[in-house]
Amino acid sequence: MSILVYAENFNGSFKKATFETLTYAKETASKLGVSCIAVTVGDLNESASSLSTYGVEKIISISNQFDSCDNLGIATALAKVAKSEGTTTFILSNSNSGKSIGPRIAVKLGASFISNVVEVPSESSPLKVKKKAFSGKAFEEVESKIENCVLALSPNAFHVAENPNADCTLENHTANVEASKVNSTKEEKVSGKISLAEAEVVISAGRGLKGPENWTMVEELADLLNAGTACSKPVSDIGWRPHGEHVGQTGKAIAPNLYFAIGISGAIQHLAGINSSKVIVAINTDPEAPFFKAADYGIVGDAFEVVPKLIEEIKKFKKNN
Amino acid sequence: MNILVCISNVPDTTSQINFSADGTSFDTNGIQFIINPYDEFGLTKAIKLREAHGGTVSVVHVGPITSEPTLRKALAIGADKAIRINADAIDSYSVAKELASVAQKENYDLIIMGRESIDYNGGAVPGMMSEMMDLPFVNACTGCDIDGSTASMEREIEGGKEFLQSTLPMIIAGQKGLVEESELLIPNMRGIMSARSKPLTVEEPIQAEIKCASVSFEKPAPKADCKMVEVGNESELVNLLHTEAKVI
Repeated sequence: MSILVYAENFNGSFKKATFETLTYAKETASKLGVSCIAVTVGDLNESASSLSTYGVEKIISISNQFDSCDNLGIATALAKVAKSEGTTTFILSNSNSGKSIGPRIAVKLGASFISNVVEVPSESSPLKVKKKAFSGKAFEEVESKIENCVLALSPNAFHVAENPNADCTLENHTANVEASKVNSTKEEKVSGKISLAEAEVVISAGRGLKGPENWTMVEELADLLNAGTACSKPVSDIGWRPHGEHVGQTGKAIAPNLYFAIGISGAIQHLAGINSSKVIVAINTDPEAPFFKAADYGIVGDAFEVVPKLIEEIKKFKKNN
Repeated sequence: MNILVCISNVPDTTSQINFSADGTSFDTNGIQFIINPYDEFGLTKAIKLREAHGGTVSVVHVGPITSEPTLRKALAIGADKAIRINADAIDSYSVAKELASVAQKENYDLIIMGRESIDYNGGAVPGMMSEMMDLPFVNACTGCDIDGSTASMEREIEGGKEFLQSTLPMIIAGQKGLVEESELLIPNMRGIMSARSKPLTVEEPIQAEIKCASVSFEKPAPKADCKMVEVGNESELVNLLHTEAKVI
């Protein structure tokens, strides 16, 4: 019996979601009293050994270079390792990539699949674990009917804890997999943008801003706080902002440390996507806006008056701290 | 080209979610059910592809007879036929297995569905079906065009967009962008009338294995009262975020 955790990397570097997943896997392994093995893919050289910081007993580095769209290739390589290691619980991040490969791995291993988990399993046999459901409107406790399971951890839902293991070993593998049937032809990257999934702070605005030209102040505030920018559904529907910025029940679900809602009333569908944020600030002209019931801090006022002043105050704060 | 669209029947996005008193089941009292919004983008896309390339659009759903109005709505929007697999949807694995078993009976060129359902948000059915049917799979797709037996797709990646190609048959899990919100087809009177006579067949389930199940539900803890800051006192907000909330 062992836990195998997929340490996802982005062109060779590990991000916070990977560290959360490693911490989650190690704490689950300690609870179940089993060993914890990390697996990576790609040409990582020595950087794979840095994963020992999170307490794993062994690191398996699969040297194959996969395109991120090759969900079949990655899943095949990972499932082979899981089988040879006698894995009972496979853990990965419910990231974009995790969402595509996790279900394939579950089928390959004949395992159950539980995504969006937010806590270490409460019981081990049968395994019971808490996950998000109803797009953030509720939590659900799910029970696996079989011993083998794949758990996909919700990003920004679990802490990161270092737990260095000096006895950790590193094994290099090469997987024998078929060529991908899905191929990437081109990538268009917007440089300098902070991805919403990774952002610790998110500045979001709605129709209260009256037009796309008024996003300058939103972007300025975001730059100051090293934040990602987001918007409400109506704003992306009218095309003021790109779809990728739409947060809410039918857009992205996010869980930053700090979420600013500027000129967003707080419809239930919007709140569903953002209510996992640790601290919420609402700025709205309407004192009855539902957002004030979901927020921790609020200002009833005109965004065009409040936001520029807020920018000044944050500049002052940054100078002094 | 023959397209299969898998549809989930979910609570309307404006629904207040409640559970039975003992917290073990979802309380459907007063809930209006709709086509899962992510699946709706897939359905409109499928109909547009049929307009461009000919063929048929079938919709399939795993659920009891009470979800037939949702299938009729899909027919009214423009699907040619509907299949209901007569089983309760318990977990992603059994649903994917039931859908794959029906999908394998026909030669579909393309299988489209939403990237997740807005109720249980498992997001696992499309990937599982792809694995069960040994098909190429693109998740969270924001654009798709078909030329012969080649599909060209777009998807969001960290910090940008990626363009992909694959050969048909394949499975696409879509979201907004596959079609725009403003392009979503809605049933018109002629559609609603013709939906009544379009075929809606019921298939008995293969009784796929159930690998996991819900034990209980709870709602997030309610927020404490919102602390209000006066306009003109933005410095206090900055101070609170720094010293009290410790987020900046």
